[in-house]
Amino acid sequence: MGDFWAIYILWLRDLKRYWYDKARIFASLGQPILFLFVLGTALSPSVAAPGGIKFSEFIFPGIISMTVLFTSIFSAISIVWDREFGFLKEVLVAPVSRWSIVIGKALGGSTVAVLQGCLMLLLAPLVGVQLSLLIVIQSIFVMFLIAFAITGLGIVIAARMKEMEGFQMIVNFVIMPIFFLSGALFPMDRLPSWLALLTRIDPLTYGVDMLRGVMLGIHSFSYILNLVVMLGFTFIMFAVAVIEFNLAE
Amino acid sequence: MNTTTEIIKVENLKRKFNGFTAVDSISFAVKKGEVFGFLGPNGAGKTTTINMLCTLLRPTSGQAFVACCDVAKEPNRVRKEIGIIFQDPSLDDRLTAEDNLKFHGYLYNMDHRVIEARIKDVLTLVELYDRRKDYVKKFSGGMKRRLEIARGLLHQPKLLFLDEPTLGLDPQTRAHIWEYILKMRQEHNLSIFMTTHYMQEAEVCDRVAIIDHGKIVDLDAPANLKSKYNETTLEGVFLKITGKDIRPQAGESAWTQWMRRT
Repeated sequence: MGDFWAIYILWLRDLKRYWYDKARIFASLGQPILFLFVLGTALSPSVAAPGGIKFSEFIFPGIISMTVLFTSIFSAISIVWDREFGFLKEVLVAPVSRWSIVIGKALGGSTVAVLQGCLMLLLAPLVGVQLSLLIVIQSIFVMFLIAFAITGLGIVIAARMKEMEGFQMIVNFVIMPIFFLSGALFPMDRLPSWLALLTRIDPLTYGVDMLRGVMLGIHSFSYILNLVVMLGFTFIMFAVAVIEFNLAE
Repeated sequence: MNTTTEIIKVENLKRKFNGFTAVDSISFAVKKGEVFGFLGPNGAGKTTTINMLCTLLRPTSGQAFVACCDVAKEPNRVRKEIGIIFQDPSLDDRLTAEDNLKFHGYLYNMDHRVIEARIKDVLTLVELYDRRKDYVKKFSGGMKRRLEIARGLLHQPKLLFLDEPTLGLDPQTRAHIWEYILKMRQEHNLSIFMTTHYMQEAEVCDRVAIIDHGKIVDLDAPANLKSKYNETTLEGVFLKITGKDIRPQAGESAWTQWMRRT
């Protein structure tokens, strides 16, 4: 029972911190909106998207995934801030199991990421994507799957990082490749084999594909394959994160 | 071991950081209800010892028991019984004072109906109750320290660790902080383990251990130490034992470097 309340309060803390920084809520929507409207509009006439839809419609689920990806990773990496500002000690010295700290942090980060994703979802009418209540519910489910997997990855990275200095490296060598290789911005059906291979190694590919399937009915892999890969990746990340937190001093 | 009178028992406790021995086979015991001072120059091994006792750092060898539980084997049982005021701030400044305490109460699995009342008690004690809705970001250094003391006491620990609790505070705040701590001690039979650089503050201790280069050099009541070394103040005793040379922060930097590498 103690672990349940620890998870709850860690989750609530992330939500309160999210709400505290209202300016950031909107500021962090700037980049995805640029991608969606500038890149989407500019490339729409020249890029043929599958299923005969406009390119800007095609990338809409990809841009939402991008929002979820970046928010998740930032939330998880905030553990490094907590370490630098001393707050992590308050958590680590409390009588709670290490796995509940990992789960609480991941749930908090995921909830914040899904909220950001939902704000992007509000732009659907502007892009011309038709959403029903069922599609919205399914989209939230997929966004949460992506968010939970990526916060898991972020916690694994954060457990090894002692200071924020290395964060730009993580963005350049982990986050940007995950984003660019995920097929968020391009159709997957006409790629050269080396690129096709790389996209298939990227776990986010399966999340983006699932979200695109749910929202637009266009997908490259089956729903089941997407789900299994995402859940498998999430499980591995959490196992590693819990081991790291148990070993850490 | 004697389970009834000792709140801390340490036997041959040692901690190395990549070949540097920060704490070198120390042994001592702290009695229940006692205020125990841990004094030493920078880098002597004080914070390393506290980190081992409060389960943040595993001993390289030796044993430490807090409230009869082995810190290495039953960390969660130890964590329940202790409150800690760290040397460096450890509050979330993007939460209100009240939310910081609520967070603590939930982490320590306190009864939710009790948390509200306890928050009121401890905030009243440190005279911050009317500021409970303010974000910690707006607090001064002294107010943050008072809030941390309130937080350390919230779950009614049996043993309170104070690592340089008054470092960098003005004399008024320092006096107040001691007032709160000693009041709490009287009311709840709290045991206190503290480190400090202010020797007049160490006078309130029932006993002090003087530590240097990771070893305990002497351990006794302040009055006994003063007569033994023929000094009128604890400061005199301290300087006589540890010498007058300024220390490089050897231990602290070894600890920081190690934290960065791992």
